[in-house]
Amino acid sequence: MGMTMAEKIIARAAGVPETHAGEIHTVTLDRLMSNDGTTHLTIDMYNQLKHPRIHDVSRLVWIVDHNIPSDSIKTAASHKKMRDFAREHGIAFHEGDGVCHQVMMEQYVRPGELIFGADSHTCSYGALGAFGTGVGCTDYLYAMVTGTSWLMVPRTLRFNLHGKLSPDVCGRDLILTIIGKIGANGANYRAMEFGGEGLHTLSMSDRMSVCNLCVEAGAKTALMECDEVALAYLKERGREPVALFVGDPDASYEKVYDIDLASIVPVVAKPHFVDNIVPAEACRETRIDEAFLGSCSSGRIEDLRTAAEVIRGRKVSPLVRFLVVPASREIWMQAAEEGLLDVFMEAGAIVMNPNCSTCWGSCQGVIGAGETLISTGTRNFRGRAGHRDSFVYLADAATVTASAVAGEIITAEQLDAEEGGERE
Amino acid sequence: MGKIFLFDNDVDTDQIIASQYLLYPTVEEMKSHAFESLRPDFAQLVKAGDYVVAGDNFGCGSSREQAPAVLRALGVRAVLAKSFARIFYRNAINIGLPAIVCADLHDAVQDGDEMELSLEKGIVRTGGRELSCTKLPPQMQKILNDGGLIAALNREVD
Repeated sequence: MGMTMAEKIIARAAGVPETHAGEIHTVTLDRLMSNDGTTHLTIDMYNQLKHPRIHDVSRLVWIVDHNIPSDSIKTAASHKKMRDFAREHGIAFHEGDGVCHQVMMEQYVRPGELIFGADSHTCSYGALGAFGTGVGCTDYLYAMVTGTSWLMVPRTLRFNLHGKLSPDVCGRDLILTIIGKIGANGANYRAMEFGGEGLHTLSMSDRMSVCNLCVEAGAKTALMECDEVALAYLKERGREPVALFVGDPDASYEKVYDIDLASIVPVVAKPHFVDNIVPAEACRETRIDEAFLGSCSSGRIEDLRTAAEVIRGRKVSPLVRFLVVPASREIWMQAAEEGLLDVFMEAGAIVMNPNCSTCWGSCQGVIGAGETLISTGTRNFRGRAGHRDSFVYLADAATVTASAVAGEIITAEQLDAEEGGERE
Repeated sequence: MGKIFLFDNDVDTDQIIASQYLLYPTVEEMKSHAFESLRPDFAQLVKAGDYVVAGDNFGCGSSREQAPAVLRALGVRAVLAKSFARIFYRNAINIGLPAIVCADLHDAVQDGDEMELSLEKGIVRTGGRELSCTKLPPQMQKILNDGGLIAALNREVD
């Protein structure tokens, strides 16, 4: 019997010829990412071990991204603990370089790797054909000490992509549409594997968005077959694949979906669940107080270019705060070079340093009681961006930016039509 | 016997413990904020030996281990749900908090009911009835029996 991508990567990591869904294997991890959301607790547990030790320090990457710069004395203490430990042990350490998954994709991830990250959106690495999965700090610590962990081989949902996305639609709309269809636990414990000729038409940015949000359907991991686009991204950054895997035609898939990319439209996830999906154009007359463009899901240069095109020559509504947060230092500098940050600042946006920002509701742009946010972030759970009686709508970069201009939820196309395309 | 705190489907980890408390230095400092949005009096009312009972997909969302950790720190004896999101499930077992799949319990009880769990037998007793639960996979049962993953790790090197 053939194998899925997930089965092949686990087989490699377990050192066995083949694996199949439902089996439990002891695996060796290629890389271990942790961020400031939990690392202070990992260090406390490490210090209580009878025989504290690190299996292979070169596999560890620690990234401060959730609350940077530190917002309080308590955060500062947790950051200091992480920083001091990383220095003492020689762990690769990033502070201010961007959201962890974006930094990992730019600097570390290689196709074929098995990666644990102490963050649920670790499944992003599937855009480069790597098996990334989110774990808690206890699993992380065990892997950090022993180099290994145990994994149950997941069943796989296969998504065959056909055709091409319309120009005003992005990967984020595709994955939100899929989540709307299969539900917030529709892929629980499963791998989501993407292939088909339509995959080749997606940019790396779109691919990262798609894989990133798979955890919002409960997926253990997301995987995409590597093609020339993925290999060019890797080569540009001076890296080589560990192994290139594809799903076998005779692999055992739990379910196969065929998706026509041309059928995807801009969508919005309404409060308070990511699977509460409606077409973006159907959300008119929803007033907003804040708009957020950023996150590991949609803070890339392509998103910033799209947003800048929408807002160029326009102004942010006086009733709205519009936060623009490039996902990494690399993206921030690219956006500056292209003049995009000037466009946002001139329009009245607030441009911030690369970090998780409003997406996780604890650092920047926290919203108050009764307020409404439209966001390119990852989640819209109750209270996710601040007060429990606030509302988060998730949308793509174009819709978020158009809404920041209009002061209510509107697609870029609707905004153009209503303003007759006129700008200053 | 312990008291049941009843929750619905899709309780996400932001509800269990919100982002703004995660970087507090210790779980002890976070625990009074458990379920702050959904049920602000939870941390005051819950007593050692009580149970959290929920519907489907309990613990969805982020990988924050602070979620099961605050429940354990407040004395919750076990979480029983129709189904769990995978990261929460694994985290709970790893820190020694039983997370038990019990398909029929949520719809059979009211908030505030008393219940008793026999982990070994996989049985819940409540209101004169007995309901059976799904047993943990052997790998996870072993971790739980060892007192959590870190206890197991300490034992391995002895």
